[in-house]
Amino acid sequence: MNIQIRERPQSAASTGIKTAIADGDIHPARATRDELYPFLAKRWHSHLESFGAHAHQGMMEGPPYPKAQPNAARRDAYPPEGGPQGSSLSFMQKQHLDPNNVVLGVLNPLATGQGLRNHDLAAAICAAVNDWQIEKWTSKDARLKGSVVVANEDGVSAAAEIRKRAGDPNFVQVLLLSRNAEPLGQRRYWPIYEAAQEAGLPVGVHAFGYGGNPITASGWPSYYIEEMVGHSQCQQTVLASLVLEGVFARFPKLKMVMVEAGFGWAPSLAWRLDKVFSKLHAEVPHLERKPSEYIRDHIWWTTQPMEDPESRDHLFQVIEWIGWDKLLFATDYPHWDYDEPSRVLPPGVSDANRQAFYLDNAKKLYGIA
Amino acid sequence: MTSPIAGGVDCDLHPAVPHLTSLVPYMTDYWRDQVTTRGMADLISQSYPVNSPISSRPDWRPAQGKPGSAIADMQAQALDKFGTAYGICNPLYGVQMVFSEDMANAFCRALNDWLVKEWLDKDDRLRGSIVIPVQSIEKAVAEIERCAEDKRFVQVLMLVMGDIPLGKRYYWPIYAAAERLGLPIGIHAGSAYHNPPSSVGWGSYHIEDYVAQAQAFQTQLTSLIVEGVFARHPNLKMVMLESGFTWLAPFLWRLHKFWRGIRMETPWVDRAPLEIVRSNIRFSLQPVDAPPEPDTLNRLFDHMQSDELILFSTDYPHWQFDGDAVLPEGLSPDLVRKIMIDNPLATYSRLRVKETTP
Repeated sequence: MNIQIRERPQSAASTGIKTAIADGDIHPARATRDELYPFLAKRWHSHLESFGAHAHQGMMEGPPYPKAQPNAARRDAYPPEGGPQGSSLSFMQKQHLDPNNVVLGVLNPLATGQGLRNHDLAAAICAAVNDWQIEKWTSKDARLKGSVVVANEDGVSAAAEIRKRAGDPNFVQVLLLSRNAEPLGQRRYWPIYEAAQEAGLPVGVHAFGYGGNPITASGWPSYYIEEMVGHSQCQQTVLASLVLEGVFARFPKLKMVMVEAGFGWAPSLAWRLDKVFSKLHAEVPHLERKPSEYIRDHIWWTTQPMEDPESRDHLFQVIEWIGWDKLLFATDYPHWDYDEPSRVLPPGVSDANRQAFYLDNAKKLYGIA
Repeated sequence: MTSPIAGGVDCDLHPAVPHLTSLVPYMTDYWRDQVTTRGMADLISQSYPVNSPISSRPDWRPAQGKPGSAIADMQAQALDKFGTAYGICNPLYGVQMVFSEDMANAFCRALNDWLVKEWLDKDDRLRGSIVIPVQSIEKAVAEIERCAEDKRFVQVLMLVMGDIPLGKRYYWPIYAAAERLGLPIGIHAGSAYHNPPSSVGWGSYHIEDYVAQAQAFQTQLTSLIVEGVFARHPNLKMVMLESGFTWLAPFLWRLHKFWRGIRMETPWVDRAPLEIVRSNIRFSLQPVDAPPEPDTLNRLFDHMQSDELILFSTDYPHWQFDGDAVLPEGLSPDLVRKIMIDNPLATYSRLRVKETTP
């Protein structure tokens, strides 16, 4: 975690890692409000100006829980030419990709059409964001790969957008957010999984989003920290839903990535699922295997915000329960809780596991040579 | 198998109310009339359907009636079986689900009086939890004060999924009363179903609701800690009941990390979350969400960095273990003693009081 309280010299930001790494979670931003307009039909320009995005939350400007820092991003990540953090390719290259030797960076755009109440607008903005990723980012830097964003609540249009992008080397995954109108295992989302499996694209589920449900099962909490910590509980429930609804039984080639939600909770959740399943399997006869087996075979995890116990042995034990082959290093650049590549893994990891963690698992999952 | 030792405290027993009509004798004329005239249905929560496998161990399921409704069964199957010195009764009757605070209050009072008469008076090993109408702070506090005169009530009981997060200041008068009267707050699995039973909406299955209880406990711990409940009430103990505990260490790693990063938002949280848990929060033993190998379980205890957090429970009559295997494999004799005797006695101050009847 990295809170920038004062300026520091650029060189200090890149003490980093000498070997090549993949970054499984980079957030590109728009420099201006209207940067998407060239990719968006004219009718939506005035619609957005008049009515706003109309998300599943009440605030017209900004998030419901004020972030810890502007745009939830590092104060040293503002591009010199202006615009919010993460909105300049050249500055991203200079501050992050070059010094940290990132050879594969997965873009996860967050302010998209996902979670908007008007499904037509959601689909239009998602298609525009996908075009914008190619135009502004992936066509300009071959290290960067995009995520297909989709109108998550409308499975049919989402599936069409995925099919439109299938085979396009600019994209390496489909992106969903964890908080939706319903748990992600529900069948309204199955067309997304069907199309992703068909296109050979993993589905990343990034923490966050607004689906209209309170972020606890007891209603709305008071603080930003509760939302931040709560995302990992949302993700646990989402994963339980995916498994118990039989998504992996139905789509046996589907691969999913849990993004920015932690991984330390995975063993406990899998044990709980197995234990309860041993008694309640009659309710979910569509499952052919134990829940933990679906998780082991179908789920990958990005690392940021890295689990940070006092004892590194505890960290290593948890990773061994999950598998060193399932973790994908990520920084979350340019967000404030960014993980510095050189400081994430404590000493005591074998070269092979280190290589898998930082690079090889991602290349293999995303099919990058 | 790890053998239980005699003289333990079973912190999670579930006596079942046979039917809403069983509470009618403990209601005022008005509510007696309401229940009968309106033909009110039995308040069975969806969290524990009577015939669901988790609601009763197969060999504990009675030929007739709800599991846990006969005291003789509880005595034979739980209290005598495990040599229990004290057993704490946590009734899970669905009084929290009603929407009227007046009705909830009437039903809670009846439930608490029923517990005294039908259970506590019939076995002097049994202790009770006070069920409260959480939709009204005044009525909840009044019910705590009314019941607390009977020292056999040793805790206040709330559900993990309610109307608003448990740390919210709205609830603090309940916590003040509990702290003043030496009553821990027990938070039990279950929902009032006033919100969707998960933070991402309504799932399709009973099994999802049950799995989601563990996530609900996590969000409540965050709420209780960051709102500052234990800064205001340092002597208040809370016990997470039927919560699972193997999620605790990784949950605290995350909470600790964000607390370090954004503690300026909640400056009254002046101790690390792990320290607050160590001093104020406890967890019942069952269910043990871990594989059966002793090695893994001992690592999980190691990750929790304390042997004082877990309190013995059978979760009777719920199905969490088979045979006599109430304690997981591989616990040291020292840890067994702590879990079964020392930790519960340190948590429930009223168990240390000799004279218990009013």
